[in-house]
Amino acid sequence: MGTIQRIWRHPILDFKRGRSVRFQFEGKRIEGYENESIAVALFASGVKVFGRSRRFNHPMGWFCGIGKCSSCLMRVNGIPNVRTCITPVREGMRVELQGRKGVLPDEPNIKVKKKEEYVRVLIIGSGPAGLETGITSTKLGLDTLIIDENPIPGGQLIKQTHKFFGSKKEYAGLRGFEIAKTMLEGLRKCGGRYLTETSAIGYYWKNKKHKFLAVQKQEDGYQLLEIKADNIVVTSGASENYLPFPRNYLPGVYGAGGVQTLMNVYGVKPGNKALIVGAGNVGLIIGYQLLQAGVEVKALIEAMPHVGGYLVHASKLARLGVPILLRHTIKEAKGEEYVNGATIIEVDENKQPIEGTERKLDVDLILIAVGLSASTKILSQAGCEKMFVQELGGWIPIHNENMETTIDGIYVAGDGSGIAEASTAMLEGRIAGAAIAEREGYNPEDARRIREDAFSELSKLRQSSSLKIVAEGKRKCQQRWNEVKSHEK
Amino acid sequence: MNREEETIVCFCEDIAEKEIVKAIEEGYTTPREIKQHLRAGMGECQGRGCMPQIMRLISQKTGKSLGEILPPSDRPPIIPIPIGLLGKIVKRGEKEK
Repeated sequence: MGTIQRIWRHPILDFKRGRSVRFQFEGKRIEGYENESIAVALFASGVKVFGRSRRFNHPMGWFCGIGKCSSCLMRVNGIPNVRTCITPVREGMRVELQGRKGVLPDEPNIKVKKKEEYVRVLIIGSGPAGLETGITSTKLGLDTLIIDENPIPGGQLIKQTHKFFGSKKEYAGLRGFEIAKTMLEGLRKCGGRYLTETSAIGYYWKNKKHKFLAVQKQEDGYQLLEIKADNIVVTSGASENYLPFPRNYLPGVYGAGGVQTLMNVYGVKPGNKALIVGAGNVGLIIGYQLLQAGVEVKALIEAMPHVGGYLVHASKLARLGVPILLRHTIKEAKGEEYVNGATIIEVDENKQPIEGTERKLDVDLILIAVGLSASTKILSQAGCEKMFVQELGGWIPIHNENMETTIDGIYVAGDGSGIAEASTAMLEGRIAGAAIAEREGYNPEDARRIREDAFSELSKLRQSSSLKIVAEGKRKCQQRWNEVKSHEK
Repeated sequence: MNREEETIVCFCEDIAEKEIVKAIEEGYTTPREIKQHLRAGMGECQGRGCMPQIMRLISQKTGKSLGEILPPSDRPPIIPIPIGLLGKIVKRGEKEK
């Protein structure tokens, strides 16, 4: 297995690894670093197979890297189904692969502390939308709490190495990971609170208040949080779409975003030779991020006849010598325990494969960048109505221009309200935070001004060629919100 | 096609694309029916990965638009948590008001 390496020199990133820690994996001693997750430490030490599938006994490996899929579930200190990609590795931990059959935990009496919280604004997710909501509402005087299930706050910003464009107010000119740092600093300065490793597990309605149950991981157990809130802003982002093709289960087939986490947050080289599927912004950006990490990119394929993402990103990749093959799709992956090749094929106007155009590629990585789906589970539980909007990536919660859903006091912002990008996610977060302050009477004039400024900024950004489609989707959404509300009256 | 060649749609429950296609052809044409029939979408990730694909397959096979295919219900807990934790949510004798 031994070709996996840690990245020690990177043109942009400087990986600050903590102390080294030793833990047990399948009875063997493995070394990792403090501040990295179990799955990352395993991957870096050459472990690619994270488990076996239940029926077919297929090998399974890394996929999303942000706790959304189930590929990295393992038994940790006797507790099964632990999401190892978002669980920090600790000295002396006992990590085991899960068998194909369920096994009960070793110790049924887990330590659970209970705590109740009551806040004006609860924000679920600490990505660009969540942090901006937090900063805005805290500055306007509201008592705010952000929870996030990842160990590091900042959402997907923390793995972006490119400089953002747009407006200064949305940190244009800074690289993604620097924006996350700046925003966190901003939140700290105004006294905003956030909790990491804290997952919302369910929504309840209690005593005419929104209530969430959340679980916070602690050193020796869990803290169960009952959080009552007058206002909720769900900024829980999105999960990566999968792609069906033969042997798509093999370790080596990874979500593009998942690989960004591995490579840019933790400094672990995902493999050596990559094929990227999908020429949207995620696919294009990961192309040059792979090159920065020293991975050879054999090809980037796209089923559509044109590139979906920004042209700037595509040109940059083309200049670096990466072939961008339009009207191509993946036919199959090769390999037994791990990807050792891929076959690509041309498609016609109806996206049907053209026989005889197959080409074999010598790759050990296949990165899937075929779009995202909004994470809306917690909103559906709360009863927020959803609608299908093609322009926004599928089913999304219906919301108005203030980002309020069909349920009073529940807001949504960022990719969870429709797939777009980080700068507009921040603006949506700012609008939600200001709208809440305005309604609750916290510095309402300031709040209104902030909200109106954000509106005009947002419509400016959405005039760009790649975001026009988002503007159209949001218009449909607002229209539907009006219909639902007039129906209620 | 042997099982190594399989295209997997639901990774948690290990459900292959051809099994879902067959189910749709047999008349299971909503995400809820597919869940109940095959368990696809009922594993640890709770359908985050497979449901968009299942809905796309239903649309392709039935000719219904994606907007007509309603996603299934989402129930708590939305992430895997130890069952011992669930037991602590309501103390014995304590009633939810």
